[in-house]
Parts: sequence; structure tokens; C-alpha cells
Amino acid sequence: MNIVSKHAIWWLLTAVGVFSLGTVALSRGETINALWIVTAAVSIYLVAYRYYSLFIADKVMQLDSTRATPAVRHNDGLDYVPTNKYILFGHHFAAIAGAGPLVGPVLAAQMGYLPGTLWIIVGVVLAGAVQDFMVLFVSTRRDGRSLGDLVKSELGFVPGIIALFGTFMIMVIILAVLALIVVKALAESPWGTFTVAATIPIAMFMGVYNRFIRPGRVGEISIVGFVLLIAAIVVGGQVAESATWAPLFTFNGKQLTWMLIVYGFVASVLPVWLLLAPRDYLSTFLKIGTIVGLALCMVYVAPNLRMPAVTQFIDGTGPAWSGSLFPFIFITIACGAVSGFHALISSGTTPKLLDNEKNARMIGYGGMLMESFVAIMAIVAASVIDPGVYFAMNSPPAIIGKTVEGAAQVISQWGFVITPEVLTQTAKDVGENSILSRAGGAPTLAVGMAQIFSQVFGGQTMMAFWYHFAILFEALFILTACDAGTRAGRFMLQDLLGTFVPSFRQTNSWPANLTATGLCVAAWGYILYQGVVDPLGGINSLWPLFGISNQMLAGVALMLCTVVLFKMKRQKYAWVTIVPASWLLVCTLTAGWQKVFHANPKIGFLALADKFQAALDRGEILAPAKSVEQMQQIVFNNHLDAVLATFFIFVVVSMLFYTIIACLKAWREDRITSREMPYEAIPTARA
Amino acid sequence: MFNDLAKFGKYLGQAARLMVGLPDYDTYVAHMRATHPELPVMSETEFFRNRQEARYGSGRSGGCC
Repeated sequence: MNIVSKHAIWWLLTAVGVFSLGTVALSRGETINALWIVTAAVSIYLVAYRYYSLFIADKVMQLDSTRATPAVRHNDGLDYVPTNKYILFGHHFAAIAGAGPLVGPVLAAQMGYLPGTLWIIVGVVLAGAVQDFMVLFVSTRRDGRSLGDLVKSELGFVPGIIALFGTFMIMVIILAVLALIVVKALAESPWGTFTVAATIPIAMFMGVYNRFIRPGRVGEISIVGFVLLIAAIVVGGQVAESATWAPLFTFNGKQLTWMLIVYGFVASVLPVWLLLAPRDYLSTFLKIGTIVGLALCMVYVAPNLRMPAVTQFIDGTGPAWSGSLFPFIFITIACGAVSGFHALISSGTTPKLLDNEKNARMIGYGGMLMESFVAIMAIVAASVIDPGVYFAMNSPPAIIGKTVEGAAQVISQWGFVITPEVLTQTAKDVGENSILSRAGGAPTLAVGMAQIFSQVFGGQTMMAFWYHFAILFEALFILTACDAGTRAGRFMLQDLLGTFVPSFRQTNSWPANLTATGLCVAAWGYILYQGVVDPLGGINSLWPLFGISNQMLAGVALMLCTVVLFKMKRQKYAWVTIVPASWLLVCTLTAGWQKVFHANPKIGFLALADKFQAALDRGEILAPAKSVEQMQQIVFNNHLDAVLATFFIFVVVSMLFYTIIACLKAWREDRITSREMPYEAIPTARA
Repeated sequence: MFNDLAKFGKYLGQAARLMVGLPDYDTYVAHMRATHPELPVMSETEFFRNRQEARYGSGRSGGCC
């Protein structure tokens, strides 16, 4: 085949991608179809995969298909198993996809669909997929070791410990913000609360079945569990309408917070087979199934986008979260564009299952492209609903008030014309009492998904069912993450504390376990609680903290990859990681700085603390606080948030310092200094 | 064609199980027979419990945000 015809199809695909993206970017005033965004994203992904990931595979990292991977070298049929690449792709994707790529884009939609879409597409191609791919490679060449270990061995002991502490703090923030999303979705919603509560006995039934009745039959019991879940959604509708039952499942944010904290503690000390494992089966299969179903339905329905391409809120005055386009869009959408958390997965189970280095390209780079596509679907789902409804759902009561009339008036003044009747009707359609101020992403996404699904199955009458299906889908894997995350956090904490008090290391000692679990739950529980009582709605303070910490971890992972490239004497290709790492550093440092020191109390933690302190000094009580104690609490919480943001800035800056030192040292050496496992060929006759 | 379909179904089942951290039992048995014939092989139930404990009972979170 000659060079022209070999590349012709890719040129065509590039043209399609550029044309679609141009249509998305340049349309003003007229509504465009969601398929333009989908086409633009998919064609650019394919071209990037074909050329950029190949360049990274062949030139930058020089993957070697003859080199034995950890799975081959340590094959034990258990942890290390050479696995078919398509099967491993499924495993890796299921591990990286979660609530992140769904929630971030929904929040970012307040600036219109264009900024978020562009960042998702450009970010994944140049940063996110590169990070996942390269960390997978680096870990594979080092026996599948974890990110913390890799930083320790390539950068040194101190940066290793800093990275470990940073990871623990990120874990705490993630758990708090995920739990906050559940609280926001379930507050005052008996239907949602009943359905989510029902998952606990359903999962326990599955757990007992798998343990004692038919061990290991995951498939059959998951189908039974799924049927029970659907039944729980249907029954939930009845519960919400019943005058006797509905009040039993109606809770406010604070009550739900305490329930989640108690639940998190109990769930993470129960045996794993009883609750965590079966719920993980349900949530994983439901997650993958729903994502595939949403993609198919979206293409079939081909909805129009009703959100403008760009709204006036790019100036930073948005109601859902405050802060200008730069740097905040780049930290609001973390997962989907680039997510540091993936570095933990790419250096976790995946490298131990990789059958050949060559396949790291499809699994690392390809897997992240797939996650990015999920983010694109989320931004589309948020943009197909009426913008007036979007802002009613995502603005705190301090801005739009607590009545539909007031909310409709304020939002219409912003230029998103909406009537109180539409707001009431939308709430009725989805089977809720109110849709006002349900920030957090999950409810908005659920409305968007319900609109898309109900156009394929069931029409208007099924809206309420699909809404609660979508809420359940998100709540289920968020609860799984809370449970699994608390356990993981507990082990991290036991490990960290064990450095000072050795008895903490004994993971089978009950006092040590309960203390570490309690500390872990208390940490995320406190941050969750302060998010729930936050005057600006919680998401405004916690989501940026999550974004900053997650992007910071991505920066750390990319800096590690840069050091590895220098040590391999491939510094002429180091721009592949230096460019995205620099961008992430600029964004996280600017955002971190603004979150701490910005003069606007809606953005800066210190400014908000000062505002409440000043009112306290004058003897005034500012809403939503109702007492002096609550005022003091808000002041303290904002100081705490400022400390957390400062800590993340410190982590980034110190890692940058160690990275530069390590790169300079490697550059001066005249030999390769990276610490890979020695070359070992794949046995030719493999079993 | 039915052969291909059956093969596809088998792959799909394996992929679904690995998504929740359960590697293929037959592969494990084949590996043990081929490389460690002297060692005892776990039964399917033991294998299932062992993998469940390994996925959830350790420090790995297994999933992402």
C-alpha cells in the first residue's frame, strides 16, 4: 500500500473532526445537534490514537513486544495473569470510570457547552491519555509497582512520602465530595432515599447467596440483584406517594450526612463478602450497562443542545461555582480530560495483567479516550435540558431563593427565560417535590439522562422512573467508592501511622483497625459536614478542592514520567510530558492561590472567613448561619479549606523542585539511570 | 458461526468477571497444572473467596472517582 492511500482515510477523518468541531465552536444563536459534538470528539480521538499514541509507543517509550511483562514473569494465575487485551481493557475501563467524568462536565456546563467540550477533547489527547499510558508503561517496566513506590525509587524518599501524604488527602477530599453529591441528590427525596437504602439489603442478600448458596456465581445473582433494584425503583415511587411511608424516608442534608458517616464506618468494617463485594458487582455492571445504553440512546435520539455555546458566566460570576474560565474550567473537569487518580489504577492491578507491553497503548491511551467519551456524554446530557432548569437546579438558595416564583424571576433576568410553571412541572415529571438548588451534578445529569432515555423507552410517563434510575446508578457506585475508599484510606493511614507507632501496622488487630477506620471516616465526614452547612452550598468549596488535588496528582504523575524520560536519556521527547505537566501546574497553582487569597468571598476561602468574622465582630448573623456558633464554625471551616488548598500547593511546588533536581542530575549523567527491571525475553512457547 | 458466538460469549463473561476482580478459574487451574503440579490447587469456591479477599480486603481501592 502506498503512503497516500494508507493515510487517506485518516486525513478524511481529521477533516470530519475539524469540520464538526468548527460547527460546534462557531455556531452562535442557532441550536446545534448533540451529534456534532459526538462526531468531533470521536474523530479526533481516533486520529489521536492512530498517530499520537503510536508516536509515544514507538518513539518516546519504545515499547518492546519481546520483553516479558510482570504478568508473564510472575504468572501465578491470581494477581499476575497475562490477559487478553480486550478483557483487560474492560477491567481497566471499569476501574477508571466513576462519578468524576459524569459530575465535572455537568458543573462546567454553566459556562456553556463549548469551553468544557474543548478542554475534554484537547485535555485527554495531550494530557489525560498520555498520563494513563505512560504511567502504565513505567509501572509495567518496574514489576507493576504503585505510584508512591515509583516516586520513591525514581525521585527519592522525601518526595515519595510527600506524594503518599498527598494521595491520602486526595482520597479524603474525594470521599467527602462524592458523599456530598449523594446527600444533595437524596435530600428531601423519599423516592431516591428509599431506592438507595434498598440497595443495602439487596446487596446483603447477594452476598449471602454468593458465600453460602452458590459461591462464585456472580452472573446469575447479579441479574437477580438487578431485577430487585428495578423493583426497588418502582416501589420507591409508591413510597414517595404514600402519606405514611414518605415521611419515613424524607431527610434533610444534615440527617443524611450523619447516616452516611455511620454507614461508611459500619460498611467498611463488615466482612467484604457481605456488602462491599456484591454491591461492587451491581454497581460495576450497572455502570457499564448504563454508559453503553446512554451512548446508544444519545445517537438514536440525536437531541438538540439548548444550553448556549458560551454563557456570560465565563467571567466567574456563575451561580453553581464561582471563578473565571481560566483556571477554573480546567480543574472543574478533571476526570474525562485528565485525572491523577488514574495514575493509581495504571500502577495498580492493570500492569500485573498486561500480557504484552505493546498492548499498553490500547489499554492506557485507549481506555482514557473511552472515559473522555463518557465526559462528552455528560456535558451533552447537561446541555440538552432547558438552561433555565439547569440553573434552577444548580444555584444555591442564597441566590435564587426558595420558591419557584423567585427562582424563575432571577434566572429569567440572567437571560434564561423560564416560568415557575415549568419548574414545578419538571419536578413533577421526575417525581420530586422540588428541583431547586440540587447542585452537585447528579440530579442535573439524572434529568438529562431521563430526557434522553424516556424518548427511547416509555415517553413522558417514564421520566420519573428514569430519573430515579439515574440517581440510583450514581449513588450506587458512589457508595461503593465510599466503602472501598474508607478501607483503602484505613490501610494507608495504618501504614503511615505505623511508621511512628509500629502496632498500627497489624491489619488484623481490631483496636488498630477501628481507630484507623474511625479516623478516616472522621476526616471525610467532617469535610462532608462542612460542605453540607456551607453558605454557598458546599459544591462551590469542595469541588474545586477535589479538582485541584486530582489535577495536582496528575501533575505529579506526569513529572514522574518526565524524570523517567530524562533517566532513559530520551529527554528530546520529554516535551510530551512537560507540556501537559506545565499546564496542570499553572492551572492548579493559579486556582489554588485564588481559592485561598481571592478577594471575592465567593471564590477565596479567607475572604469568606473574613466576611463572616467581620459580621461576628459587629454582632450580626449572616444566612444560612442561625447562631453565633454556626458563624464561628463557618469561619473555622473556611480557614481549614484554605489550609488544605495551601497543602496541595506545597505538594505541587515541592514535587516540582525534586523533579527539576532529578532531571538535571539524569541529564548530566552520560548513561541510562532509570531503575527498570532487567530485560527478560518472553518465552517463545507460551502456555 | 455458532462457534464464534460461543467464543464471544465466553470472552464477554470473562471480561465481566475481571471487571469485578475475578480472573478466569480455568486459566488458574491450567497454570497450576503446567507449572506447579506438586502444589495443591484451590477449589473454585476457595479461588472465588481468595480473589474477593484480595480485591477488597487490601489497601487497593479498586476503583476511581
